[in-house]
Amino acid sequence: MSGEIRELRYSMFKTGVRYTVINHKTRNIDGYAKVTGRAQYTFDIKLPNMLYGKILRSPHPHAKIKNIDYSKALELPGVMAVVTGKDTLGIKQGIWRRYKELCDEQILAVDKVRYIGEPVAAVAAISEEIAEKALDLIEVEYEVLPAVFNPIDAMKKDAPEIHEGVERNINVTRHIEWGDVEEAFAEAEKDGYIREDWFRTSSQHHMCMETRAAVSSYTPDGKLTVWCSTQAPYYMQALLAWVLGLREGDVRVIAQYVGGGFGGKFELDAAMFCSAVLSKKLCRPVKIVFTREEDFIASKRRTPMYYYVRTAMKKDGTFLAREVRVFTNGGAYTGMGATALYLTGFFCSFPYKWRAYRYDGFRVYTNTLPSTAMRGFGAPQAMFCSEQQIEWMCKDLGLDPFEVRRKNAHTECYEVPGQAYIQSCGMTQCIDKIEQWVKSKGDLGPNRAIGISAAGFMSGGIFNWFDTPYSFSSAVVIINHDGTVDLYVGCQEIGQGSNTTMAMICAETLGVRVEDVRVFSGDTGICPPDLGAWGSRQTLMAGNAVKMAAEDAKKQLLEFAYAEMGLNIVYDLDIKDRWVHVIARPERGMKYEDLVKKAIRAKDGQRIVGRGYYTPRRKGMISPAYSYMMQAVDAEVDPETGKITIHEVMTAHDCGQPINPLGLIGQLEGAAAMALGYGYLEDQPMDEGKILNPNLVDYKVIRATDMPKTGMIEIDTYEAEGPYGAKEAGEGLTNPTAAALGNAIFHALGIQLKELPFTPERILKALREKSEKKEAN
Amino acid sequence: MEKKLLRFKLNGLEYEIFINPKTLLVDVIRDHIGFTGTKKGCESGSCGACTVMVEDMAVKSCSVLAMQVEGMNVTTVEGLEKNGKLSPIQEAFLDYGAFQCGFCTPGMLMSATALLKENEGKVLTEEEIREGIEGNICRCTGYNSIIRAIEAVSKGEYKEG
Repeated sequence: MSGEIRELRYSMFKTGVRYTVINHKTRNIDGYAKVTGRAQYTFDIKLPNMLYGKILRSPHPHAKIKNIDYSKALELPGVMAVVTGKDTLGIKQGIWRRYKELCDEQILAVDKVRYIGEPVAAVAAISEEIAEKALDLIEVEYEVLPAVFNPIDAMKKDAPEIHEGVERNINVTRHIEWGDVEEAFAEAEKDGYIREDWFRTSSQHHMCMETRAAVSSYTPDGKLTVWCSTQAPYYMQALLAWVLGLREGDVRVIAQYVGGGFGGKFELDAAMFCSAVLSKKLCRPVKIVFTREEDFIASKRRTPMYYYVRTAMKKDGTFLAREVRVFTNGGAYTGMGATALYLTGFFCSFPYKWRAYRYDGFRVYTNTLPSTAMRGFGAPQAMFCSEQQIEWMCKDLGLDPFEVRRKNAHTECYEVPGQAYIQSCGMTQCIDKIEQWVKSKGDLGPNRAIGISAAGFMSGGIFNWFDTPYSFSSAVVIINHDGTVDLYVGCQEIGQGSNTTMAMICAETLGVRVEDVRVFSGDTGICPPDLGAWGSRQTLMAGNAVKMAAEDAKKQLLEFAYAEMGLNIVYDLDIKDRWVHVIARPERGMKYEDLVKKAIRAKDGQRIVGRGYYTPRRKGMISPAYSYMMQAVDAEVDPETGKITIHEVMTAHDCGQPINPLGLIGQLEGAAAMALGYGYLEDQPMDEGKILNPNLVDYKVIRATDMPKTGMIEIDTYEAEGPYGAKEAGEGLTNPTAAALGNAIFHALGIQLKELPFTPERILKALREKSEKKEAN
Repeated sequence: MEKKLLRFKLNGLEYEIFINPKTLLVDVIRDHIGFTGTKKGCESGSCGACTVMVEDMAVKSCSVLAMQVEGMNVTTVEGLEKNGKLSPIQEAFLDYGAFQCGFCTPGMLMSATALLKENEGKVLTEEEIREGIEGNICRCTGYNSIIRAIEAVSKGEYKEG
């Protein structure tokens, strides 16, 4: 059966330490709640005296708000309040807090709307039905303005101005450069090969199973509690405090179970903001849940990009230089799009060594749904362009695509000039393994082929655009007198298994079992601050904080054990599986529970408290560590209908040492499903800024019957910067798939597809063009 | 609209409630009775998060009126365990990591339970399992772990306790 990890070579590592928890298949600790229906999501919360909110949205892509009259809505029995932008402080907020010009979104529009679906008013009523009815009674007078929908038109001189004073609607620009690009291209002109291509990537929606939802409860003592579906409770706490004029400490954000995130839930959204504004006005709890349609039209999406890539290589396949220019459709507001713009530029160089590289990125405002972060964070777009072009260049020159990738791949201890320090790197081994696998498959018959793509990703970002005064991650470990452990973390569980990962790291470090650890997360009222779940950062960053906290607690225990056991100073103590022992004489020791009891007594009855924190410093510009992978997609295309069938996805993957192999398979398979959807199914077509498929009938995602067999070959590396050698595994696996599928189609049918997704229409068009070209020749 | 009396069994218990006859089954289960395990993920009957069992059949509870289950037995995810003892499919989901965010899980479990019931005594093929849960969207797992879990139960690797 598919999905088995085929090669897992270690349970013992370079340090010679045998792990009792790490790298052992472990059941998810939230599983009982999730398989029994006990898990309570924001969607399920009902508080006493609670009201229901609904949001009125703009029908226009660009318009001035002349007047809003909601007097009739207020007359409807059951309606408790209506708020508009005028009832708010009107603060232009954004997650890039450090840069004022990038804080451009008011959430409840004050004088202007910039996309269809933008909130203009919110109602609180005693039922959802009444709130919905009240929306129809609100009269908004608009002055419709000319609108612009794609970045190329939006940059023109005479384009409508979307944000005041923003020239040519250019929201952010990014530049990355190293080496002498001109010189390297000149060398290729003389005796090498240069190729340039334009690509276009599509929109993709996170489509979390739980739509945006929030319950806000403001009380007369000036305190606000918000239950919400978020990836980053601390960000929400800080942002809510800011836009509502409260102190951070007076805002508590709780996100116990979150029905999916994928990059779409770490900005302040209208469910949280509007419910908070309404609750503040009424001093009653207010719940807002987006409908699926609202989620599609008014919660941000993956950034669509226009991509230009020009690549120079020697005739033997040695890479010389690359020049990249990207124009992204930013939509109406900045959101996390500024980070995606940077990362796509960096990851278009990945995972190869370039003598010279230049990237210029432009994020452009348009009158469309804002674009933002989504799993892969700009890298899937980059890989789609880069990995297809490399494949085509190999074909043009008659070179072996495995050999070319191997020749240019990152290696251990490599510096990407001015950008990144690579410590562990299993790229070459990934290429070797996939080459063996592909060759073992032999000839697959007509219209079917295997396409490959390399990729990599960051284990969390180093950047601090949020301007947090706190450590990026922190954790507190408390050991109770019976030996049970309470672990408090600010990192957020959104289904990726972070609670289990943290419990495992804590248990391994302390020398206890996973069931001894109870994890408290998702509540800013009791958990230490942490930047949350994005950029695949938690395993490394929060994992390091947890390890440090557990080591701190363990040290306190062992200090006492040392004294208690009266050991010769040359001996070293450790705890494994609840046994405190002399490392050199494991039989000599005491029970962990007994030690804890004694140590607590020695500490005047205080529980043992360990603290840990982590902030990456001196690790380059991007991330403290990088995952690497090579993926192969076996696909078949019907040349008559353009229909794609995926037979298998095989991935060789270097994520350092895996913490939980069970969770790792889940990440691989889930990423493959999402990325295949990106490759050939998912898109958000628009007409004049109106999304045409805002429902799950017309927005197609991968279903069980579409999903191919999947397999993983784990590559043996150890990342010095990661907890127990671990690196990221959540997001990066989304990166190679669309390109690998494109390369499979290229080898099966001989067509080059430069636009996502690979719909039957696009495939048939490319086939027609190919045969016309053939006839013309 | 005049309210009507609905009598039906939910997870083995008899309920009598007065409802607007247009009320959907999912809303009766979640809002009137208060079992929130069953979820809603769309308004179009497309995602399967609201799947429950009516008698032994998997039904999308957002697509039927509550009045349609008059006199029938309805089972939700809360009805799968008996006094804290999980059903085989729940145990298998835990072992195979067949869930992540968990929001589709209750509906997925009900589709799986109905599929296994319908094919009791028979080992399901991978293809049959995929078709059996085609109506349930999972955005996290990529389905294969769910397929493995259902397959294991179908093969008799998990016994009813």
